[in-house]
Amino acid sequence: MKNYFEQYLQNPCLNYNLAPFSKRMQEYYGAFIMIAIGLGLALILSNLQNILIRKRFTERKVMPYESGMDPVGTARDRFSIKFYLIAMLFILFDIEIIFMYPWAVQYKQLGIFGFIEMFSFVLILFVGYIYVVKKGGLDWN
Amino acid sequence: MVETVLFWVLAVLSIATALAVITNRNPMYSVLLLVVNFFCIGGLYLTLNAEFIAVIQIIVYAGAIMVLFLFVVMLLNLGSEKSLEPAFDAKKGLAFLLGLAFLAEMLVAMKDFSAIGSAKETFEYGKVEKIGLQLMTQYVYPFEMISVILLVALIGALMIAKKYN
Repeated sequence: MKNYFEQYLQNPCLNYNLAPFSKRMQEYYGAFIMIAIGLGLALILSNLQNILIRKRFTERKVMPYESGMDPVGTARDRFSIKFYLIAMLFILFDIEIIFMYPWAVQYKQLGIFGFIEMFSFVLILFVGYIYVVKKGGLDWN
Repeated sequence: MVETVLFWVLAVLSIATALAVITNRNPMYSVLLLVVNFFCIGGLYLTLNAEFIAVIQIIVYAGAIMVLFLFVVMLLNLGSEKSLEPAFDAKKGLAFLLGLAFLAEMLVAMKDFSAIGSAKETFEYGKVEKIGLQLMTQYVYPFEMISVILLVALIGALMIAKKYN
């Protein structure tokens, strides 16, 4: 156990017979730059107000913004179960999409066989989609 | 060198955010800290060259599942923090015992753990191309079963949500 941990620290990719991550890191530079820009932009934009504004708060200014309406009740209310249903359906179709990535990168190699596989995969979930629509799962009211 | 630095930064950050998740008083902050935790674990996967798992970790876990968690937190009535005040009861003791049992199990499982032996056949295993080829040829039946399982989950979610509508 200890031995493995030491080896892992020296080269985490040892078990995979691959070049260590530091050798392959340039493949991910684009992703790193994107993460850095995304994180930086979010931090700058959300903190810019603290630097730029003059801090003179009135009751109206610190009020929660609800599209210009006066806030009604507390924000810590129970939300409708419809949100749960939408989130659950989102996860399920998200997982479906995830399985399309490995298929898509190998599409040429797998050919018509892979196409039929993915077609039946999507078909079964399409049945589910029809069921959801028929049951009114996507109707808000 | 780079691996060591990345490992320590990500490991310390993931444990720190995991501790913050369970000690935070505001469940909303807990959920958002869990997103940070998932990102750190995704980074650890990346340093292990498991790039597909890293991407899934971020798209599915930090993306979709945390949206569900947020909605579940909003579904529960968290109006007053006083009602969340944990009392010392049997459930807490049981949780402690189960946690201890789990820790013991993990230690036993990891005692003789060595991933070195099976190294050779896992060549480039984390790459998305490799996963795609394996998934579509050798593991075609499990792959097709996934869609059936997703279908079951979809029907189950719909039944539960429609019952209370």
